[in-house]
Amino acid sequence: MNPPLRIENLTLRYGDKTALEAVTLTVPPGRITALIGPSGCGKTSLLNCLNRLTDLIPGCRVSGRVRVGDLDVLDPKTDVLTLRRRVGMIFQKPNPFPFSVRRNLEFPLREHGVRDRRKLAERVETALRDVGLWDEVKDRLNGPATALSGGQQQRLCLARALALAPEVLLLDEPCSALDPISSGVVEDLIVRLRDRLTLLIVTHNLAQARRMADEAAFFWVRDGAGRLVEHGPARQLFEEPKQTLTADYITGMRG
Amino acid sequence: MADSRARRADAVATVLVWSAALLVTGVFLWLLADVVRHGAGRISWSFLTSPPRNAGRDGGIGPVLVSTSLLLLVCLGVSLPVGLGTAVLLAEFTPASGAFGRLVRRSLDVLSGVPSIVFGLFGNAFFCKTLGLGFSLLSGGLTLACMVLPILIRSIEEGFRAVPNDYRLGAAALGLSRTSTLVHLLLPAAVPGLVVGLVLGVGRAAAETAALIFTSGYVDRMPESLLDSGRSLSIHIFDLSMNVSGGDANAYAAALVLVVLLLAVNGLASWLADRWLRRRVLPV
Repeated sequence: MNPPLRIENLTLRYGDKTALEAVTLTVPPGRITALIGPSGCGKTSLLNCLNRLTDLIPGCRVSGRVRVGDLDVLDPKTDVLTLRRRVGMIFQKPNPFPFSVRRNLEFPLREHGVRDRRKLAERVETALRDVGLWDEVKDRLNGPATALSGGQQQRLCLARALALAPEVLLLDEPCSALDPISSGVVEDLIVRLRDRLTLLIVTHNLAQARRMADEAAFFWVRDGAGRLVEHGPARQLFEEPKQTLTADYITGMRG
Repeated sequence: MADSRARRADAVATVLVWSAALLVTGVFLWLLADVVRHGAGRISWSFLTSPPRNAGRDGGIGPVLVSTSLLLLVCLGVSLPVGLGTAVLLAEFTPASGAFGRLVRRSLDVLSGVPSIVFGLFGNAFFCKTLGLGFSLLSGGLTLACMVLPILIRSIEEGFRAVPNDYRLGAAALGLSRTSTLVHLLLPAAVPGLVVGLVLGVGRAAAETAALIFTSGYVDRMPESLLDSGRSLSIHIFDLSMNVSGGDANAYAAALVLVVLLLAVNGLASWLADRWLRRRVLPV
């Protein structure tokens, strides 16, 4: 079983601006946790802390504690390359590399030490089958990945992340750049990953959050900083929210 | 009324734009035709391989071609690695708006506008005298490298900046090291910028005269090593047309060789880049 993701007292600043203030949240394994809230409330910033993508942003400071199992994510001594293999990420816009379909998957695998040709071929096929892409691309593995449709590209990115066998997968609005049909396919896929991974998904689509999520966390901006307002089982958060702010947002009266 | 006036303005603009384009193309074609008409008759295998005789009025350009190639080789051998390194530093490891990056970029832009004769004087003082390399192909090549570097660095840097940031984030999120991201992903994606820089740089270096008079000299013998003085094609053309009476015919022929050489370099560079990219994108 995968370890839970524990976030304690996480604060993130860009220069003088506080993007996230004192967030404490435990993301359980084997379930889908959705982060909801208006734009600019720090949901994406939160995801970026969890795989230390924040290291790439100049002037960005993170404090608090994040743990994946026994791995202390924010400890400067933690090897970010290993961390990012264990904590995968999918972006809003599909971002396959300008390589062939096969090399998109093989390149990261090779970098993480899989060199054997047979093993590589095996992992590539398994990952592509996992996202239902194998039958669609098995005859064009050497063709450019950028020639695939948007939905196929996003599934390829998902396969690329899954090929590394991560424990946690962060999804930053993975369906928002896709047409409704592709979006549905990707959504179903993510739901099927529930048992294998700890999943944390940012979404602006409340209907999607309702359909997919087991747990939900609602963020809101107060005093210029993003804060966690309410967190709990998705059904409860959507049907009987404890906070009036949550209720107003969910019913569309605010946000 | 207003309608017909607008139509007339359109017509005038069309004529102006077309005539400007035709003028530019026309001048270039005229120049090319002139060089071909006067030079083509002299071109032969022996012209390309034999040494100049009678101050260049007779004979060929063999040693001059060798010197020119060696100059370009030294120039590229030095400027390409240095330029690539600097461009990577500027584009990937310093923030675009940071003070350091701005300073370096401003200096490079100023440097690329410096007249080549100034580079010549600098090369003469530094490479020929201070480093004691004398009038030599090495001094000339190094001076050319200094001259070409600003253009090369800026073009390669633009090439890197044109690579979508999605690739960098995607690679980082997959736990790929910065080095392999750079080598396997960013560098291939930045190749178009590199080719532009290379073509501009080689063009500028091959056409250079002023900077070389002071550094590589104009001895027209076959060079035996990089420490020998040697004459580049452009200097040969300059010398034949300005200092040697009766040298015009060979000057034209040498000019034609230079033009063809530059066109060939441009064509080769884009062909190689195209092939290389294809191989990267579609591995066997």
